[in-house]
Amino acid sequence: MSPLIECEDVWKIYRVGDVEVQALRGLSLTIEQGEFVAIMGSSGSGKSTLMNMLGCLDQPTKGRYRLNGIEVGNLKPDQLAEIRNQQIGFVFQSFNLIPRTSALENAQLPLFYRGLPLKEQRAQAAAALGRVGLRGREDHYPTQLSGGQQQRVAIARALVTSPSLLLADEPTGNLDTQSSQEIMKILETLNRDEGITIILVTHEVDVAAYAAREIVIKDGQVLSDHVTQPRPTASSVEG
Amino acid sequence: MSAFVWLTILTALRILARNRMRAGLTMLGIVIGVGAVIAMVSIGEGAKRAVQAQIATMGTNVIVIFPGVTSASGVRGSQGSAMTLTVSDAVDLKKRIPLLSDTGWAKRDVMQIVYGNRNWNGPINGISPSYLTIRDWSFTSGGPFTQTDLESAARVALIGQTIVANLFEPGEEPVGAVIRIKNVPFRVIGVLAPKGQSAQGADQDDVIFIPFSTAERKVFGTSFIGSVGAMFGSTDQVEDLPAAAEQIREVLRARHRIQTDKEDDFTIRTQVDIGKVQEGTSETLTMMLFAIASVSLLVGGIGIMNILLVSVTERTREIGVRMAVGAKRHHIVMQFLIEAMTLSLVGGLLGIVLGVAGAKLTTLIAGWPTIISGNVILLAFFFSLVVGLFFGLYPANKAARLNPIEALRYE
Ligand SMILES: Nc1ncnc2c1ncn2[C@@H]1O[C@H](COP(=O)(O)OP(=O)(O)O)[C@@H](O)[C@H]1O
Ligand SMILES: [Mg+2]
Repeated sequence: MSPLIECEDVWKIYRVGDVEVQALRGLSLTIEQGEFVAIMGSSGSGKSTLMNMLGCLDQPTKGRYRLNGIEVGNLKPDQLAEIRNQQIGFVFQSFNLIPRTSALENAQLPLFYRGLPLKEQRAQAAAALGRVGLRGREDHYPTQLSGGQQQRVAIARALVTSPSLLLADEPTGNLDTQSSQEIMKILETLNRDEGITIILVTHEVDVAAYAAREIVIKDGQVLSDHVTQPRPTASSVEG
Repeated sequence: MSAFVWLTILTALRILARNRMRAGLTMLGIVIGVGAVIAMVSIGEGAKRAVQAQIATMGTNVIVIFPGVTSASGVRGSQGSAMTLTVSDAVDLKKRIPLLSDTGWAKRDVMQIVYGNRNWNGPINGISPSYLTIRDWSFTSGGPFTQTDLESAARVALIGQTIVANLFEPGEEPVGAVIRIKNVPFRVIGVLAPKGQSAQGADQDDVIFIPFSTAERKVFGTSFIGSVGAMFGSTDQVEDLPAAAEQIREVLRARHRIQTDKEDDFTIRTQVDIGKVQEGTSETLTMMLFAIASVSLLVGGIGIMNILLVSVTERTREIGVRMAVGAKRHHIVMQFLIEAMTLSLVGGLLGIVLGVAGAKLTTLIAGWPTIISGNVILLAFFFSLVVGLFFGLYPANKAARLNPIEALRYE
């Protein structure tokens, strides 16, 4: 089986007027199905650019990026949308919930674009909210929820489609320590119990500590990449 | 319809309800445009129907011939030539033209009519008996005078409803009464059924008919014996009117010895011609309505486009989120198109309500007849939909073309 993520000499070059910004400079990376990876690095090092590319929101300028064996660089916008809908869940630093829309409807959103029957959309979204501990908050609007709760709605939205990959760009950046820990516990559980691959960007060491592998990015390249916790092997999980 | 379309419509309605003020102002152009068109078409249709009814009161398949030249606009030319038509013209026309089922003639003057201690100035019409049948006059009591009355210059009169109302007590029977016209006593032998206004707006019931010969010899005292104020003809079929009119023209030109390079000394109008003049006015009205409708729908459409562009900008982040979770281009396009069409449709519906109410109010207050046609309402509905679709396309496409990353980062 091919690895979930394969980046080979990936470049991302932004052009702002006459200035060229090389956000990724020949980055190479492989991530297997089921991993929990923390990406660290100073501001402007290219972490978000990498996450956007891994999440098929963007395509590399040069190099190859294969997701589940599919070459992402050649895909058209609607094909990218399809992959995001089927395989990827996003969690953002600023939650990015749709305002004045209930928690349930926010969690429903990816299923809405799958064209599922309304009843099923509702049932699955309610179940996802239950998994992040928000049962009973279905009808709450984002403004009626705390930061941590909003981020949990965002996680419910990300996992409602049972994605193979969950991308979280500084998910705890706007949260207090208590909420951060709750969010990280949820992510940890999703990774451990459901085998969802999680890639998370963070500046905080204690947040990164939840991950089993830590990749440091500098100037658009991988500076270091090492395992921090012994990964539970397939046999130890099954056994 | 799919869950997607339903939910999108619901979302659109919710957004409308949330920004009621803004939505209302945006829809105003369409509301007023659609409302104005529906009200005015209803009034126009009512007026058209009324005019058609008035034209029908002329009689059936009538041809009118006036002495003198009448310009195309209907303004009568020189009065000097007004004595060119005669009774013998009318009699001869009937003999020579088989298409004419009948001809009649009339001459009028306004005179004082006295009954008891009341008097009234009304138009006295000396007519041939055939005139009554050509113009479809009927009677509420009594009946017409006859050829014998005409030949003997009998002093008998037929009076219209307005005359009855002004000379007689309510409930008094005019038939048998003796009225005086220019001090000559006339026995009333018939009361005419009401006809109402003519297409030109005259009260057709303010009328007295007496035999033509009696009028000439005993009332008008004219020095031009035999000349008539107007001649009338009728045909059995509407289609025969133009041919009959042309034949009348030929016969009259020959009788009046008019050289080929000279103009007619009379004017012929058929009932169809008169109807056409009215149709012409309603066509102008239709064109004006069309202009008003186009302008207001355009303004309304631009309003919708503007508010949608604002909405796309305001909701850039939302669009980014939708794209991130898998919305394809057509999903985003549909979302904003449905919003635009919801706006324009709600506006159109409000406009329809406004227009119908306006038409009803016009009838209620001004007493104008109005006809609300289902077709106009359907058309208004359809056009508001098209306006929403058309003016929604640009903002919708703009939204769908957003780059998801930039949209997500938008502050
Ligand atoms: N859309 C863009 N246009 C131009 N430059 C960009 C854009 N996105 C990111 N960059 C630049 O690319 C570099 C990496 O940015 P980013 O990936 O956001 O870094 P990080 O998330 O590690 O802080 C920065 O220098 C940033 O200014
Ligand atoms: Mg970043």
